[in-house]
Amino acid sequence: MDYAIRAEGLVRRFGATTALAGVDLAVPTGTVFGLLGPNGAGKTTAVRVLATLLRADEGHATVGGFDVVRDAHRVRQLIGLTGQYASVDETLTGAENLLLIGRLLGLSRADAKQRARQLLADFQLSDAADRAAKTFSGGMRRRLDLAASLVGRPQVLFLDEPTTGLDPRSRNDLWDIVRALVSDGVTVLLTTQYLEEADQLAGEIAVVDHGRVIAQGTPEELKAKTGGQTLTVRPSDLADLGTVTAIAGEVSGATPEVAQNAVTVAVNDPGVLPAVVSRLDAAEIAVAELALRGASLDEVFLSLTGHRAEDAEAGTDLERTSA
Amino acid sequence: MIAATLAPALTPARRLSPAAGLRHTFTLAWRSLVQIKHNPMELLDLSIQPVMFVLLFTYVFGTAIAGSSGEYLTFMLPGIMVQNALFATMTTGFGLNNDLTKGVFDRLRALPIARWAPLAGRILADTVKQAWSIALLLGVGAILGFRVGNGLLGVVGAFALLLAFTLAASWISVLVGVLVSEPDKVQIFGFMVIFPLTFTSNIFVPTDRMPGWLQNWVEVNPVTVVADALRGLLVGGPVAGPVLQTLLWGAGIAVIFAPLAVRGLKRRV
Repeated sequence: MDYAIRAEGLVRRFGATTALAGVDLAVPTGTVFGLLGPNGAGKTTAVRVLATLLRADEGHATVGGFDVVRDAHRVRQLIGLTGQYASVDETLTGAENLLLIGRLLGLSRADAKQRARQLLADFQLSDAADRAAKTFSGGMRRRLDLAASLVGRPQVLFLDEPTTGLDPRSRNDLWDIVRALVSDGVTVLLTTQYLEEADQLAGEIAVVDHGRVIAQGTPEELKAKTGGQTLTVRPSDLADLGTVTAIAGEVSGATPEVAQNAVTVAVNDPGVLPAVVSRLDAAEIAVAELALRGASLDEVFLSLTGHRAEDAEAGTDLERTSA
Repeated sequence: MIAATLAPALTPARRLSPAAGLRHTFTLAWRSLVQIKHNPMELLDLSIQPVMFVLLFTYVFGTAIAGSSGEYLTFMLPGIMVQNALFATMTTGFGLNNDLTKGVFDRLRALPIARWAPLAGRILADTVKQAWSIALLLGVGAILGFRVGNGLLGVVGAFALLLAFTLAASWISVLVGVLVSEPDKVQIFGFMVIFPLTFTSNIFVPTDRMPGWLQNWVEVNPVTVVADALRGLLVGGPVAGPVLQTLLWGAGIAVIFAPLAVRGLKRRV
């Protein structure tokens, strides 16, 4: 298989802190790869090494087949970078920011202007083209950041927490843009703290904690690791709780739990749901809620790390502060 | 469809030509200068403060210090050009620190451009701003009655010498810019160091009017040396000695602070 990004044994220390403790990655060309983990897990450090901004203490990495240290200049011609730290100039207008990057990439003034206009239109920023970037809303700002990283038509795009702090609508807009980019053949390495984001966008996810990849696979594979799905039944009449518990246990073969007037039971067989429904029907039990859902990535994270993603101490932003 | 459609698979170039690095530098200098368009306050900063200083010192202190405001203007204007230029070097460190803390610097470093271009572009832009301030001070001085004694050659020489010295001094600003955690601290440094440094020179008051212990310092203060060189070039009096000393001071500052600043920048990013 053709890999756009490969990393082997990346180690990076900042003083006494080990931000990367031996990270291996292999991202097939044309896919979205998600690095999922809490603050301080090492995601940003990994991206900075791959984007030639930071040297690893040990290990090596290639992007587009070029070594990120020895052939850094070539790597920079292939990549685009968007993150909290790789930012546009707030005092310039949207158009000027894109023009600046176009000119730096060697486009003629006319071509750079044309490219800027086109990207502003694609990202619904044409109306704001002549306003200083500091007046942009959060969503507009992220779109401009992303547009700036696309001026050079990168083959590999690094998106470091692209939607952190965005409202749901702006987040969905950004997701659509990423999907469109991938359909054009761009390889995307995405870091995120949001399990849903990785689930939505990435074909393959590596879960990172304390500088290590602790699990890797498709979202489905990761979910399967926590043991399938959960069936929840909430009877309308609380007097039926006992009967519902008995039916759920009998049909699923597992031990149901009763909490908050609802019965939940682990389910591995797709036939369980219709069987439970017909038994409830036969027993003439009215149901207020009946739900079958897959294990969320939150649960995956919890079972892999022993702590919830959100529990990670906020503010241990070691990747930046000690840099 | 997003306009990011992949470029044809060209083999990327392994190295940059020096000419490309120069082009990047000019583009990045454009970026720093075009900011003035959006932030006219910056131009006011560059213009109003020096003009105000000239007016205040000429008319408030002039007669008391030198007997007449006209005579004082001749004495003080070259000195105030030095003071203003030193304050203006802080722009470099301020802008650099802003780029570092806001993430603009990382965005630039991830682009296939010359490694030195972001810093060189900023210094080039700030040199243009310096030239503007020097010209403005000379213009305001001329309106108020400052007469050059050595003709055009003296003016051009003073211009070039002051630009060369500020170019060297801006390495101190770069070092401060890479060491401090936020842009405002560059300004604080500038105020705390440049203010006393320039006032304990002979730019506003002749050395022999100061207490003896201070005179020893004033005479070795590089600000005095540069001010004397500008007086020689613009007004008259000894030229060769002070100009040579100015160049030596500039070279010394650059030799010490340029490597420190570059090392600091490499560590920071």
